[in-house]
Amino acid sequence: MTAFDLLLAPFVEFAFMRRALVGAVSLSVGAAPIGVFLLLRRMSLMGDAMAHAILPGAAIGFLVAGLDLMAMTFGGIVAGLVVVLLSGLVARTTVLREDASLAAFYLISLAVGVVIVSLRGSSVDLMHVLFGTVLALDDDALLFIALIATVSVSALALIWRPLVLECVDPGFLRIVSGNGAAVHLAFLVLVVLNLVAGFQALGTLLAVGMMMLPAASSRFWVRDVGAMTAVSMLIAALSAVAGLLASFHLSLPSGPAIILAAGVVHIFSIAFGTAGGFVPRLIPAPHRAN
Amino acid sequence: MTRPHLVAAVSLACLVASPAAATEDPLDVVATFSILGDMASRVGGDRIRVTTLVGPGGDAHVYQPSPADARAISEADLLLVNGLGFEGFLDRLAEASGYTGPVVTAAAGIVPVAAGAGGGGHADEHASEEAHGHDDAHAEEAHGHDDAHAAEEAHGHDDAHAEEEHEHASDDGHDHGPVDPHAWQNLGNALAYVEAIAGGLCGVDPKGCADYRLNAESYRAEIAALDAEIRDRIAAVPEERRAVITSHDAFAYFGSAYGVRFFAPQGVSTESEASARDVASLIEQIRASGAKVVFVESIADPRLVERIAAETGAAVGGTLYSDALSGPDEPASTYLGMMRHNADAIIAGMQGGS
Repeated sequence: MTAFDLLLAPFVEFAFMRRALVGAVSLSVGAAPIGVFLLLRRMSLMGDAMAHAILPGAAIGFLVAGLDLMAMTFGGIVAGLVVVLLSGLVARTTVLREDASLAAFYLISLAVGVVIVSLRGSSVDLMHVLFGTVLALDDDALLFIALIATVSVSALALIWRPLVLECVDPGFLRIVSGNGAAVHLAFLVLVVLNLVAGFQALGTLLAVGMMMLPAASSRFWVRDVGAMTAVSMLIAALSAVAGLLASFHLSLPSGPAIILAAGVVHIFSIAFGTAGGFVPRLIPAPHRAN
Repeated sequence: MTRPHLVAAVSLACLVASPAAATEDPLDVVATFSILGDMASRVGGDRIRVTTLVGPGGDAHVYQPSPADARAISEADLLLVNGLGFEGFLDRLAEASGYTGPVVTAAAGIVPVAAGAGGGGHADEHASEEAHGHDDAHAEEAHGHDDAHAAEEAHGHDDAHAEEEHEHASDDGHDHGPVDPHAWQNLGNALAYVEAIAGGLCGVDPKGCADYRLNAESYRAEIAALDAEIRDRIAAVPEERRAVITSHDAFAYFGSAYGVRFFAPQGVSTESEASARDVASLIEQIRASGAKVVFVESIADPRLVERIAAETGAAVGGTLYSDALSGPDEPASTYLGMMRHNADAIIAGMQGGS
């Protein structure tokens, strides 16, 4: 098998592989930087919570419009926004912390969703219908992912400085500027958009995995937030390519294959990462700058 | 065709069913999914009250039992299951609900096909075999149905079994791995299902046995008539065009019974996720086989199938019903309606496009 057969032939021969590649790389560009900020805010598990929180919205979309993807996705975005905005507000105005308040609201939301689905008396698995696969990206899904990636990168650029400040020193931001809450809410909106777009196009595992795993790995190589976002995008895109090729050549399910590729990078980073990895820490370094 | 015969059978069934039931409390029968439920209500008529656990449009692969389901089972006089591993949830549910009554396994009398054996290479052998064999099988069926009426029912059941064995002889090497549970997609197997259901009802309600037998006979006649009709119509399609793509591999029995090759991007369960290799081989297979039509099933994600259709130039041919009946206002609200709808759609798809 030549290098061409191994690396390029699948993409040259099959349009669905090219689409999968474009979709997964777009998701890397949009979601990985969001993951870095979630990591810095200690909200790494938010993605999994969101996968459940969007159920009532998707169910209402289903009740109104039947098995219509746009209606279900729109409902999911609305439900996700309600949950994160409510939990963000509660975290800022009461004693409850954001993770606890998010857990509370997503559980309520999930329960509401299950009740709505059961009222209809249908056991169609809504989430199975709503969550897509990277192998079945049509033009709409690709445009949707690309649009969300563009919006989230542009928005991150706009709110970059206050967002970084808010992560590392929210007290300072509150002194120099009054819009800390607004920045936080804008960020939460970006998180929901990326996750729901990812669920619809690629499935839960891939959407959450591409957001969090590369971000967590990047922390082992660089310390600067800007560098972390760049490294996480790179790791995510490489994992996407490696995972798709593994899925093609070794007949693995494609979503899990991409996430496993990112997982291999992560374990390697834990062991050998130059900024806090396990092995470099064992080596005595009298002049370590950090 | 057997139209007059069929009409006679139906009116006979109506005559028999109505006077018998009026006086007694109906038997409570729980069927695990909508297709069995429909068959049971045809056989039982007014003497039974059927509850289905997975209703029309539901997916039995991802079904979650509710307390109402457990109560329905605990109060049932008879529990009808498909068997062949279709109802993975049932053992625990029956145990949890404390049900100790009789369980009828509808597919007990059929010869199962190994999971995933429907698509690809085997079907070719079947196609040619069917072209010769179908007249015989039909004739045998027509007799079997008269005989069974006179003789003990257990024999009618065995006939259907023997016939299946004969048809699937070439598949018997596939006894490894789990079997494909979607046996009702072959109308020939449905004859055995109806026998099993009638036998089960007779077991718990001997007084109604004559009614059940009579209803079962007329129902079997309808099934056999539709079976023969579908065989004739598919035989009229040129063999190289009898290739179809679906989104979930539920049509192995249909394919081997009627000589149609089915290709599916997923495994037998709607839960498994396709790999890029699976999709790529499927696309290569379709390009090589010349299939011109792709069907989106009622319960699975249509996007993958649409993607494959776009990449191979095949047309998207509407909805096939595999594991569940449709709602009452749609074409597939009964088992026979479902089989007719599927056959119509498949035949139209294979003939259309070029």
